[in-house]
Amino acid sequence: MNAQHKLNLLALGTALLAICNIFWGSLDIPAKDVWCILRGYEAAGHPAWSTIILQGRLPQMLTALLTGTALGTCGLLLQTAFRNPLAGPSILGIDAGANLGVAIVLLLLGGTTTIGSLTLGGHLLIVVAAMAGALAIMALLMTLSKLLRSHVMLLITGVVISYVTGSIIQLLNYSATEQGVHSFIIWGMGNFSSVGTERMPVFCTLSCTGLLLAILLIKPLDALLLGDRYAENLGINIGKARQILLLVTGLLTATTTAFCGPISFIGLAVPHLARLMLRTSRHKILIPATMLIGANLALACNLLSTMPHDGSIIPISVITPLIGAPVVLHIILKQRHD
Amino acid sequence: MIELQHLTVGYGKKAILSDINQTIESGQLVCLIGANGVGKSTILRTIAGFQPPLCGTILLNEQDMSSFSTAQRSKAISVVLTERVEVPCMSVVDLIGMGRSPYTGFFGTLTKEDKNIIYEAIDMVGISHLATRTFDTLSDGERQKVLLAKALAQQTPVILLDEPTAFLDFHAKVSTLRLLLRLAHETNKTILLSTHDVEMAIQLSDALWIVQNGEIKAGTTLSLTESGTLKHFLQIDPMADAQKGNQGIIFDTENLTLKINNVVLPETQNKLGN
Repeated sequence: MNAQHKLNLLALGTALLAICNIFWGSLDIPAKDVWCILRGYEAAGHPAWSTIILQGRLPQMLTALLTGTALGTCGLLLQTAFRNPLAGPSILGIDAGANLGVAIVLLLLGGTTTIGSLTLGGHLLIVVAAMAGALAIMALLMTLSKLLRSHVMLLITGVVISYVTGSIIQLLNYSATEQGVHSFIIWGMGNFSSVGTERMPVFCTLSCTGLLLAILLIKPLDALLLGDRYAENLGINIGKARQILLLVTGLLTATTTAFCGPISFIGLAVPHLARLMLRTSRHKILIPATMLIGANLALACNLLSTMPHDGSIIPISVITPLIGAPVVLHIILKQRHD
Repeated sequence: MIELQHLTVGYGKKAILSDINQTIESGQLVCLIGANGVGKSTILRTIAGFQPPLCGTILLNEQDMSSFSTAQRSKAISVVLTERVEVPCMSVVDLIGMGRSPYTGFFGTLTKEDKNIIYEAIDMVGISHLATRTFDTLSDGERQKVLLAKALAQQTPVILLDEPTAFLDFHAKVSTLRLLLRLAHETNKTILLSTHDVEMAIQLSDALWIVQNGEIKAGTTLSLTESGTLKHFLQIDPMADAQKGNQGIIFDTENLTLKINNVVLPETQNKLGN
């Protein structure tokens, strides 16, 4: 089976999982009624089902799909740029920056309402705050990456950033109201349902912009695999490539974190799954593969989260580590052999 | 042809080697030898454009290289570096194909002509048996040849190699250097490499650049032997007890070979002598 076949198969998987996400949810709705609603009719005797499908499951499926795609791509970009198999949005402290932004909004500036009943204004504030936090960290990393040419130093900086933001968040928690802390904990559990139809255009535009920019980086990313010096010798403008790269990862991490909460391990695990499946490191194949596997994984996680079938939902951040941890262990064990 | 005119190399304000004036003709292999830390890598990095010269000019076929853009430079000079390349799951052909980057379009797609050039490079280096393997499964010697094929696929008039023989076993060292010498002569490329394998450099190079005491002395093995420069370089051993004349290396100027002054016990020496 060549790479193109595998990519087709992954695309098929994404389509199937996307359909499953619409037909299957925490509430049992017969498939023929779902089909009716999708065609624009109303299910007889159940007017609420239309809302569930069109304003619940449909945007939620799209959110999961885009988030998985964005996080996987982010992880791949960072792993290539830092030539480190353990790099990911969370390792470099980018999502810690987004966390901090959200924490400031929820814990310091009020947060007296629970996340479920937050108004559109409240949500937008969280997005802006997460974006500000993530981009601030990105700016810091960009400046430091000029001073610290070594990738290891940059990674250590990322870890230090995570610690510092973590302790600031602890401090904010300490002085926040009970509801504020509660909102922050709920947001921290990860959730694909918080985008909804109203915020979908913004979410869609931001993540698609990031994903398109990532595709433009295919050639420099390939050269960066050999290291900065080799890449430079192959005619790549390293400084510019790095800056676009940091901007893309910042944008994608901030967008997903702000809308869906911190979702761990997808960014780290997906690129490895892509390399395992496609057996290549060329980004022309790896980028689409990572996007598709990310989408598959997030859609599967979203399906799993509706497992209780009693109307309640398992938080996404409970599920992703269960998938991600074995992958990380695999990398570590493999490195031990090398 | 590469010409260094009044070139000073170093970092920041600290010059490591000053006022270098040397030329390498096309079709020549030049070996840069000298102790650790004398500035061999710094010269190579400066010529490659990874760091700016502190002073002076580098001419490539009479053109000043300081005016070259990154893209122009990538078509003029290719490099093989000492740093270990670790790429998971990359096939040998893909890696050599990276050498085509300066010529490919926005997404780096290889044309049929690019592929022909890649297979030509594979043939020149003699690694067609490795073409289907992935890079991370190769031995150090094989990796070095793949990186050399990448440099050839880049089709530059100049190739710079920083200690290409460093991590190789003895046979691989010899075969790599022989290959480079043959390539320089057959393809009319200018090849400059640094190495610590002095005895091989003496035998397998068109010219030697000896870096010592902050200056470069250049010449063929023969001319450097006649002038005594090579002997002076080889027989100065900072570790040796000069008072006793206890030299570690003795240079046989007639046969152009090195002899290691052994430290075996006298009785063993007698036995060996008999």
